Amino acid sequence: MKLTLKIWRQANAQAPGKMVTYPIDNVSPDMSFLEMMDVLNEQLIQKGDDPVAFDHDCREGICGMCSMFINGEAHGPDRLVTTCQLHMRKFKDGDTITIEPFRANAFPVIKDLAVDRSAFDRIQQAGGFVSVNTSGNTQDANAIPIDKHDADRAFDAATCIGCGACVATCKNASAMLFVSAKVSQYALLPQGKVEATDRVLNMVKQMDSEGFGNCTNTGACEVECPKGISLENIARMNREYLSASIKG
Amino acid sequence: MALSGLFLVVFLFQHFTINFSSVFSAKTFNSLSHFMGTNPLVQFVLQPVLIFGVIYHFVMGFVLEIQNRGARATKYGSYNGGANASWMSRNMILSGIVILSFLGLHFYDFWVPEINHKYIEVLPEDPNRYYEELVHKFHSPVRVGIYVLSFVFLSLHLLHGFNSSFQSLGVNNKYSVTIQKLTRAFAILIPLGFIFIALYHHLNAF
Ligand code: HEM
Ligand code: SF4
Ligand code: FES
Repeated sequence: MKLTLKIWRQANAQAPGKMVTYPIDNVSPDMSFLEMMDVLNEQLIQKGDDPVAFDHDCREGICGMCSMFINGEAHGPDRLVTTCQLHMRKFKDGDTITIEPFRANAFPVIKDLAVDRSAFDRIQQAGGFVSVNTSGNTQDANAIPIDKHDADRAFDAATCIGCGACVATCKNASAMLFVSAKVSQYALLPQGKVEATDRVLNMVKQMDSEGFGNCTNTGACEVECPKGISLENIARMNREYLSASIKG
Repeated sequence: MALSGLFLVVFLFQHFTINFSSVFSAKTFNSLSHFMGTNPLVQFVLQPVLIFGVIYHFVMGFVLEIQNRGARATKYGSYNGGANASWMSRNMILSGIVILSFLGLHFYDFWVPEINHKYIEVLPEDPNRYYEELVHKFHSPVRVGIYVLSFVFLSLHLLHGFNSSFQSLGVNNKYSVTIQKLTRAFAILIPLGFIFIALYHHLNAF
């Protein structure tokens, strides 16, 4: 395949960036999107140019690092996949592909396509945990009976890999899907109920202070989420937040 | 947003019911309008609540829009919004602004004369004047056209807003399919009903 890539190049966080066009040839339809980027970078290095910086780690859809906004969609046109799981066969020979970093004030660009998503880490630190006694006589989690439906819902919420596609795709740059997945994962389980009130209040407070936008229920996040995290989680978080606000 | 929006939905339904009565009985319409215009509970409790509700809703709507636009200072070069969200949900501010402009005209049409009649010129109460005033307003084809267009945008606003407000309040469960159906029915039928009323009086005048 022969393609034209239009890629956002930005030397560092302060520098102004711009779109740069790169022609690329001999792309196999079986390549993953990141492999195609590797080929491009090899060529750039051979020419003595600066390779395109992009995040990646596992390359199998579990780490959430590979943040790319491809042809106007987070992780590209395919559904329920990350960029590393996107294949070049989803494109046609001769296509022009635009590649931009995930954009939100809360995700500042570090270089080219790499963005700083540590805002998510700080939201997690604000409440995305359960406090357990580690003195040696910790209770076995399996000793606590849990409704199968709740266990399944908690597990579904826990599949969020913190990739940030929900933020990148939302017209408001809202982080509600991510935060609600983290809140739900604990709120549904007996171990998480103990700290539920503080958790939701603190995580939402942190989310707001990071400068994410507000949710207006467009549902774009759910469509673009590589893990299919459901909007039900946002409704659950709204309930949790409402009742936590009343409890104080 | 959700509570004020739902409140407006209830108001809209009430408003529609009264207006619709004008299609089959001038007498019923006059008596209902007279009741709404003179009952102290409506005039001094419900009306201020409504005014507050409308103002709160659109002011918060603008605040929300400004904050949300500001949350992404550097825009995307290419953004395929239609790939994952409906046009209605992405353009609530646009449909809202059309409704707001319509409300300006609507106040000029009905509220200003009403206030004038009651409090400025202090004309004698006439419980039968409402129907005449209504029919008179729908003479102009331009005005009827603007009304029709505004209701199309109201429909678009509600197609997203109605069930969105349930999600905002945390309702997403086995009833959500029903709420979605109710949204479609309400958001299409009520504005269509208003359009029918306007056209009915317009065409009946000839
Ligand atoms: C006066 C002009 C109006 C403006 C400027 C306006 C603007 C807005 C905006 C910006 C939103 C939130 C954005 C979103 O959820 O995507 C919204 C939501 C909504 N609006 Fe309006 N609107 C207006 C009138 C109305 C009217 C007359 C009704 C009902 C008859 C209405 C019903 C709703 C509902 C139900 C919501 C959803 C609330 C939620 O999702 O929580 N609006 N409006
Ligand atoms: S909710 Fe989905 S899109 Fe958002 S961070 Fe988690 S996995 Fe990524
Ligand atoms: S590189 Fe790990 S999810 Fe894509």
